[in-house]
Amino acid sequence: MQKMKLVVIGNGMAGMRTVEELLKMAPEFYDITVFGDEPHPNYNRIMLSPVLAGEQTINDIVLNSREWYTENNITLHTGKRVNKIDRTRRIVYTEDGTQAEYDRILMATGSTPFMLPIPGKDLEGVIGFRDIKDVDTMIETAKKHKHAVVIGGGLLGLEAANGLKIQGMEVTVVHKNEWLLERQLDRAAGKMLQKSLEAKGLVFLLQKDTEELIGKDGRVSKVRFKDGQEIDADLVVMAVGIRPNYALAESAGIHCDRGIVVNDTMQTYDPRVYAVGECVAHRGISYGLVAPLFEMAKVCATHLANFGIGRYVGSVTSTKLKVTGIDLFSAGDFSGGEDTEEIVLHDAVGGVYKKLIIKDDKIIGSVLYGDTTDGSWYFQLLRDKKPVHEIRDHLMFGQDSLGNTGHQGQDKAAAMTDEMEVCGCNGVCKGTIVKAIKEKGLFTIDDVKKQTKAASSCGSCTGLVEQILASALGGGYAPPSTSKAVCGCTDKNHEEVRQIIRDKKLLNIPDAIKTMEWRTPNGCATCRPALNYYLLSTWPHEAVDDPQSRFINERVHANIQKDGTYSVIPRMYGGVTTPDQLRKIADVADKYAVPMVKVTGGQRIDLLGVKKEDLVDMWKDLDMPSGYAYAKGIRTVKTCVGSEFCRFGTQDSTQMGIDIEKAFDHMWAPHKVKFAVSGCPRNCAESGIKDVGIIGVDSGWEIYVGGNGGIKTEVAQFLCKVKTSAEVLEYSGAFIQIYREEARYLDRTVHWIERVGLDYVKKRVLEDTEGRKAAYERLLYALQGAVNPWAERVEKRAEHTEFETITL
Amino acid sequence: MSEWKKIVALNEIPKLGSRVVRSSKGDIAVFRTEDDRVFALHNECPHKGGPLSQGIVYGDKVACPLHGWKIGLADGNAEEPDEGHTACYAVKVEDGTVYLEL
Repeated sequence: MQKMKLVVIGNGMAGMRTVEELLKMAPEFYDITVFGDEPHPNYNRIMLSPVLAGEQTINDIVLNSREWYTENNITLHTGKRVNKIDRTRRIVYTEDGTQAEYDRILMATGSTPFMLPIPGKDLEGVIGFRDIKDVDTMIETAKKHKHAVVIGGGLLGLEAANGLKIQGMEVTVVHKNEWLLERQLDRAAGKMLQKSLEAKGLVFLLQKDTEELIGKDGRVSKVRFKDGQEIDADLVVMAVGIRPNYALAESAGIHCDRGIVVNDTMQTYDPRVYAVGECVAHRGISYGLVAPLFEMAKVCATHLANFGIGRYVGSVTSTKLKVTGIDLFSAGDFSGGEDTEEIVLHDAVGGVYKKLIIKDDKIIGSVLYGDTTDGSWYFQLLRDKKPVHEIRDHLMFGQDSLGNTGHQGQDKAAAMTDEMEVCGCNGVCKGTIVKAIKEKGLFTIDDVKKQTKAASSCGSCTGLVEQILASALGGGYAPPSTSKAVCGCTDKNHEEVRQIIRDKKLLNIPDAIKTMEWRTPNGCATCRPALNYYLLSTWPHEAVDDPQSRFINERVHANIQKDGTYSVIPRMYGGVTTPDQLRKIADVADKYAVPMVKVTGGQRIDLLGVKKEDLVDMWKDLDMPSGYAYAKGIRTVKTCVGSEFCRFGTQDSTQMGIDIEKAFDHMWAPHKVKFAVSGCPRNCAESGIKDVGIIGVDSGWEIYVGGNGGIKTEVAQFLCKVKTSAEVLEYSGAFIQIYREEARYLDRTVHWIERVGLDYVKKRVLEDTEGRKAAYERLLYALQGAVNPWAERVEKRAEHTEFETITL
Repeated sequence: MSEWKKIVALNEIPKLGSRVVRSSKGDIAVFRTEDDRVFALHNECPHKGGPLSQGIVYGDKVACPLHGWKIGLADGNAEEPDEGHTACYAVKVEDGTVYLEL
């Protein structure tokens, strides 16, 4: 099949990201030709400010080197401006007469800086701040001249001013409005910003309208304002806004309206022509930040690859100012109207100002000055329209999205030095991450995980990596949406997958993969275990368990260790054992020369270092049920001795724990589930940090949920109080069953509750009595007929060839 | 001189799974894909020696069970950005039986 021809007009970030996404999906589909005005390959425009400030060189910020183009056999024309598109004969022409035929065009012509239509705007020394040429001019001018005037106190203007100051010029910023960055900041934050920039030596002239630029022998020398005042100026940088660059598209007769009009699949009015980036008008909006451009690029690439499933529905954007040393964050509508409420934290001396605008119990706008660590969190809450009444009291004090361990207790990336370890699991320090972001052009958490391994194991440092990304990329960073795709094999998120499995009654993985049109023949190591769990938990006793889709521990019913041996942990219900059990464990440990016998954190005994070939024989001799210490399911039910022995005990917590562990044994869940039962409020069984923590009191049992003692310590929240142990089983069983049916694979209960809200859980478990009982019944039904997996493998040894090694 | 050694019947290896062969050259993991292609790799991940035979097999790759490195079954190479290589062995299937070249 003869390849189709794709011509990309514009060699910038949006265009090349679309090509990158396209190459990932359909590398052989097109012969690609790229035309770029500038003489450079695609570079990271966000990094122009650090280049101007002398922190980076131009080579550092190239995103796609010339080798990249040749490796992907893309024909690249730099310094060649396309000036004509013949849509009938489907040929593109450049100024110097080069021609290129096309079957598809991708317009990515970006935007141009808006130049005030005032006399003198064409004088030498009057420029915008858009590309490498501008940066070179500024750096050159700074060497010979003194006075720089930046017209425009917006994001770009302040970055230009800061850079010119560092280059040694006297910089005056002229701004039309009453305070700086009025589209991102309110008055208070604007004034604080001005004060701190003045402290760095910048001069500000506010509420000033520029009338004329006066020149001397062809070069700008003065700026005159409407009120008659004049100031010296050897260089004038106009940063008063950008305009989508749609002249070419319009000249070719493609419908434009202050930008190239596209639909939700990034198609223009000519179905062969697509458009992405700043040149586009989508639903009447043009975007100037990088994050929306990448969302467009992903959608456009799916359609260019004839894999038309993506839709771009517009972006909610947030801005983070990168004027070095000053942290600013802004998102949504922060102007505040009558029917909005404000939560403000203002510490003028400390240099911190945080404002949240709330309407109908949802955040609709946010301004942060000085402390922006929670910017991404507020932005996520805003974008996902999450009700905030439950977390209103600690909104101002932050999400603390960090785990507690693995990064020396640091919670502010900005305060960390480059050598400091950010990711304790993989030993990745801050310097490595920052370097990778800048040199490899990384824009998302997943990029950083993939390239540096940081945050790719336990995830405790994800918050820190996000802060590093946000400060390095400014407007370019958009926190991932909480409704993330399950994995690279699909665009569907977890909720959609669960719903389809329920609606279409899918019972095995091949059917699920076919019905949901996975991109891969048999999924990947991420989605297969998730699918297996979703099928089994949605259709118990009907769905087919696929051992090959289970992680090795669950397949073999033992925890794999680093040397390929395994650990064996039998059940010790409620942490209670007997001399007979201890003798059997001791005998087995001797017989199989077990290297380590250890008491575990979950009140039971672990035999570590067992060879795989010995497992089935050991289980036979041990004759105890599997403790599921490897399972995404009930791990342990820790107990204290309670009223059986303890002088303070109010309830028989030990028996309660045994009953729970026996009732919910063999259960599969989205992640591990830990219980604890304490006999009195002294809570010696640590119920406070368990998925379900039960505390005996004189008049019955208190049930707490959503505690977590691992990566991030979370205190369980009070759910309800019940009288009898039967009710403890019913209420906690119902809670776990709803978690099993609705949480995302690998979400602990705390993450699920954080997403759906404790109110929702209370409604389902407490208020809906029938619903509770039905959920509890569904759990018991799912567990019916479950057998001890170890005994089953001993009896049906022949069927389980998994354990037999073939020796030659 | 290496020769073809009879290992096991193809259906004794689970689809998207593997069996371990203990040989003079150490443990070899023999994998079977969903479409019945067969591959053989040294049973140690280039990262920290994890037993690749115990990993989840998908497409023509296996995810090491210890730290999740993704190893190509055909060439034994680790998927970018991880870097590493595990030795491959020639393997064939003749009328339902798997042979390994050792």
